[in-house]
Amino acid sequence: MARAATTADAFNAVAEPRRRQILDVLAGGERPVNDLAGLLGLAQPQVSKHLRVLREVGAVDVREDGRQRLYRLNGRALKPIHDWVKEYERTWSERFGELDVVLEDLKRKEQGDGGSEQ
Amino acid sequence: MAAVSSSGTARVTLPTDEQILITREFAAPRELVYRAWTTPELVKLWWAGRRGEVTSAEIDLRVGGTWRYVMVASGGHEVAFHGEFREIVPNERIVTTEVYEGAEPLPAADEPLNIVTFSETNGRTTLELLVQCTTKELRDMIIESGMESGLQEGLDLLEVVAISLQPGV
Repeated sequence: MARAATTADAFNAVAEPRRRQILDVLAGGERPVNDLAGLLGLAQPQVSKHLRVLREVGAVDVREDGRQRLYRLNGRALKPIHDWVKEYERTWSERFGELDVVLEDLKRKEQGDGGSEQ
Repeated sequence: MAAVSSSGTARVTLPTDEQILITREFAAPRELVYRAWTTPELVKLWWAGRRGEVTSAEIDLRVGGTWRYVMVASGGHEVAFHGEFREIVPNERIVTTEVYEGAEPLPAADEPLNIVTFSETNGRTTLELLVQCTTKELRDMIIESGMESGLQEGLDLLEVVAISLQPGV
């Protein structure tokens, strides 16, 4: 159950557009919170709040660097979401693969019918 | 994998917080894709993919008409879906609600909509299936339920859940 709840949190964490923007920026490299606030046009406390949510699900890591704290992306925490979409995609690919077979059959029949009618 | 050459794989994207978009091109004119999509005997042939068998497909193809598909997955469990057609433009567009009968019932206004469009270029058809949920919460819930099941029960169940999110109409 704990694992399921954590996964759910990861999905919730990236469901918020501002948090996705933060992840996008961090994908380009480590940033202190001021940078993020400036780039996103948000007040620092707001950014800190989002960063806290992202850290809780492990999507963002932090390290001390002298006087500032640098935040960075941890893509591994987001892998379940990527995997889900991939799995979903695979299900549809297989379904459409079967549809291809049906369509080939229909095309053959169409051609056959057309020939016999003309 | 398929005996007949495939036109590619399905592409899944999440355009907005409330949507899932599935896109695929087919090497056939759109009249045929539309027919395969809307004819019960044909739906039975492809809709289960390779994960089971469609045991029942009913389609009343008119606005206000309903459809219902039942599939028995390879594991033996039965999965059923139904919906109501909201908009039909033959060979071009179908809008329908979609309900997974294994889930807790949603208020009618919250049932996800499937918007399917068929467009043709040079004899090839691009199919777009847009799943439009009413809220971000609903779509997030769909994603979460899919992931949770996948982690707990393995691939088979995940696929059943994934299928449950999107019937083929």
